[in-house]
Amino acid sequence: MMKPDTTRSLVIEREMPHSPEKIWRALTQSALIEEWLMKNDFQPVVSHRFNFRATPVQNWNGIIDCEVLVFEPNSRLSYSWSSMGLMSVVAWTLTPTKDGTHVRMEHSGFRSEEDAAYKGARYGWQKFIGSLDRVVGGLD
Amino acid sequence: MQVVTDHVFKALADPTRRALFERLARDGEQTVHALTHRAGVSQPAVSKHLGVLKHARLVRGRRKGRETHYSAQPQALAPMIDWMSIYGAFWRERFDRLESLLKRMDQ
Repeated sequence: MMKPDTTRSLVIEREMPHSPEKIWRALTQSALIEEWLMKNDFQPVVSHRFNFRATPVQNWNGIIDCEVLVFEPNSRLSYSWSSMGLMSVVAWTLTPTKDGTHVRMEHSGFRSEEDAAYKGARYGWQKFIGSLDRVVGGLD
Repeated sequence: MQVVTDHVFKALADPTRRALFERLARDGEQTVHALTHRAGVSQPAVSKHLGVLKHARLVRGRRKGRETHYSAQPQALAPMIDWMSIYGAFWRERFDRLESLLKRMDQ
């Protein structure tokens, strides 16, 4: 059995020569999000459910079901990201630097049950994900 | 591996099948009867969906008396976990687009 806090996640970090306020707009205004990410009906409200819509491809309808989990202006944004029966969480963190902003994005496949922000927990996914972690751990 | 992934993707693309799979993963082994009771579709439909899930190796059937008991096989999702790595390329490309957008935006 893997430790309960085991998380499979992808982290991307970049320094950007722009203010956190400006980057925040690009991350949280629906029309701007569409320009760099995908069509969406995002709203800046915790618990708001929304979709990202990509062009459908074979075996995938292109729809990602999301819910806003964290919304702290100019600093932290997080939403669940569920597609094809897999649940995950995307979390953005903006930290001001001397010349702009440090942007960190973490896309976590599976969160621990201790993480209250992970709303999927109430559907009993831990048990399921526990089995999955064992399997995937064995593949590494 | 590609063929297996396709089966898994097709099987889970349908919301009824996804619900059946999630229920088995969550609640453990169940009969077609029990699944039908909660699925909101007919028993033949549930059996057909289970057939697709079985073909993708997402569920396994076990005969017991006159009924078949189905259980989830979450290890069949492993190919999709590899698919998660595709997100690495996806997000890097989106970061590039974000930076290009920021350059065009007003302060």
